[in-house]
Amino acid sequence: MTTALLELRQISVSFDGFMALRDLNLSLQPGELRAVIGPNGAGKTTFLDVITGKLRPTAGDVLFKGRSLLNKPEHRIARLGIGRKFQSPRVFENLTVEENLALAVSHPKRPWPLLSAGLSAVERDRIAHLMGIVSLQQRAHQVAGSLSHGQKQWLEIAMLVGQSPDLLLVDEPVAGLTDEETDLTADLLKSLVGDHTVLVIDHDMEFIRRLESQVSVLHQGHVLCEGSMDQIQSDPRVIEVYLGRNEEAA
Amino acid sequence: MLKAFQQRRWPLVIVWVLIIAAIVAAPAVVSGFGLNLLGRFLSLSIVALGIDLIWGFTGLLSLGQGIFFALGGYAAAMYLQLNSSSDEPNGIPEFFGLYGVDQLPGFWQPFHSPWFTLIAIWLIPALLAALLGNLVFRNRIKGVYFSILTQAALLVFFNFFNGQQKLINGTNGLKTDVTELFGQQVGSALMQRGFFWLTAVMVILAWLAVRWVVRGRFGEVLIAIRDDEPRLRFAGYNPTLFKTIVFAMAGGLAGIGGALYTVQSGIVSPQYMTVPFSIDMVIWVAVGGRGTLIGAILGALVINLARSQISTFWPEGWLFILGGLFILVVTALPEGVVGWWQAGGPRNLLTRLGVARRIGTYPRLEMDGKEEVQS
Repeated sequence: MTTALLELRQISVSFDGFMALRDLNLSLQPGELRAVIGPNGAGKTTFLDVITGKLRPTAGDVLFKGRSLLNKPEHRIARLGIGRKFQSPRVFENLTVEENLALAVSHPKRPWPLLSAGLSAVERDRIAHLMGIVSLQQRAHQVAGSLSHGQKQWLEIAMLVGQSPDLLLVDEPVAGLTDEETDLTADLLKSLVGDHTVLVIDHDMEFIRRLESQVSVLHQGHVLCEGSMDQIQSDPRVIEVYLGRNEEAA
Repeated sequence: MLKAFQQRRWPLVIVWVLIIAAIVAAPAVVSGFGLNLLGRFLSLSIVALGIDLIWGFTGLLSLGQGIFFALGGYAAAMYLQLNSSSDEPNGIPEFFGLYGVDQLPGFWQPFHSPWFTLIAIWLIPALLAALLGNLVFRNRIKGVYFSILTQAALLVFFNFFNGQQKLINGTNGLKTDVTELFGQQVGSALMQRGFFWLTAVMVILAWLAVRWVVRGRFGEVLIAIRDDEPRLRFAGYNPTLFKTIVFAMAGGLAGIGGALYTVQSGIVSPQYMTVPFSIDMVIWVAVGGRGTLIGAILGALVINLARSQISTFWPEGWLFILGGLFILVVTALPEGVVGWWQAGGPRNLLTRLGVARRIGTYPRLEMDGKEEVQS
């Protein structure tokens, strides 16, 4: 077995006695695309909070490239090569599209070099390239706050890619997007696989199906089962979780 | 971006030409007293520039800038007192005699040196701000909690300085106008004119320094902190570090402003650390326009000039005017006067009054571009 890029071992998170995650085990191979689904409250976002350092698990360990991420602050984890896209688009509304991307692409992230350094030609090219991918060239000098919801989602994905992380964590990238935008987003994520490892969280089944990836089902803070979309959808436990007791989450 | 810059450049150039012309002409036109007032208000605009840096750009509302302002003032006054006390008993400042102190307290010793003092004026406030700021920022205390903490710190410093007669002359403060520098009395017309020029130069240097920080990529990080600090962490930046640096810088600027204010007002006392004074500082920036450096300078200058003029013939009216101004800014001009001007406010007002014709284009087309960092 090759060494995993990311490995979660026996992760538990408890909020005042409520177990948001329970003995969660999950590992991702380099270059893999993985979807994580689960009903509301299954612990999907908590699970990303643990990986990115926002939340410290009550028990267990998170290994990235074989190194533990526990006790590392968020910005160090980000510099190690983990990028995160949030559920609702979070871009810097008072900066332009170009400046948002420059923040992500920028190689120096410490204060002193940023005081005097301009953007290098390489960084400029990357920004232009990223704007091309998400079709925002026309909006380069527009403040991000004036973009539409879909454009913000894409800008944030572009910022994520611009960070050139080894692992991309993508939380509900298609919430509020049109069908066409959803399809384009799926294609975009698929095109990243190989160079990057991508973990997508969503509960839009059609979107997950389009990703043609391995799927992990999260339920009550635990991985219920893993497999392809077809296997998942015929698994009686998944059907029970999604249809038997929890109509609205399907 | 370039177009927006060109469009908005001319008022800025005019404002600067007016400011520089006023400064150059002031000593010839204004009386000694008027010049002294102007010099004091210019020192306050240095403090306001620091507040604009941390509040307007980074979103940190400090209600404790008086701490750093007073520390700069005390540093300058301690040097001047020592420099003029060689004829006093024990060779130490006169006030010590009142409390039976015959030995100079140890922390006064380095202030014999003019070079140490010149550095201490900005470095001590900056270091204190860095320390206080870092403790608060690393614990991720933000928003209104940060503001309350800075105000609490201000009260602590006020009470400490107020109570320490034997160390720093307590509530009486340290006088500087009768002290000597270069063999001249600090309060003399000649010295005061010199301080006025020095202050004017320092305002311009402070403006250039802050502008350098907020333009470019460092400034973009500051705006990103204001917009969404947690998100910035996930992009690999450490906001604590950036916030500590700008808070220290604002502290240093307040110290410089405080020292210049002290030598021109003739005294430094714990009154510089009262709660209302530090809130006033914030109001200057709010009225002038947050995130527009020129707004901070003009806000400090114009509000203080207005206060000194209005108070002479209607003393009890000033607080009503200040309160009214604050309500006006909060309700109608959230970007301050300069921000309102830059957003095309005058034209919109004229249009509304029916004086100017409505523009036929898509309403906010010219606003779509990114606003240049206004300075």
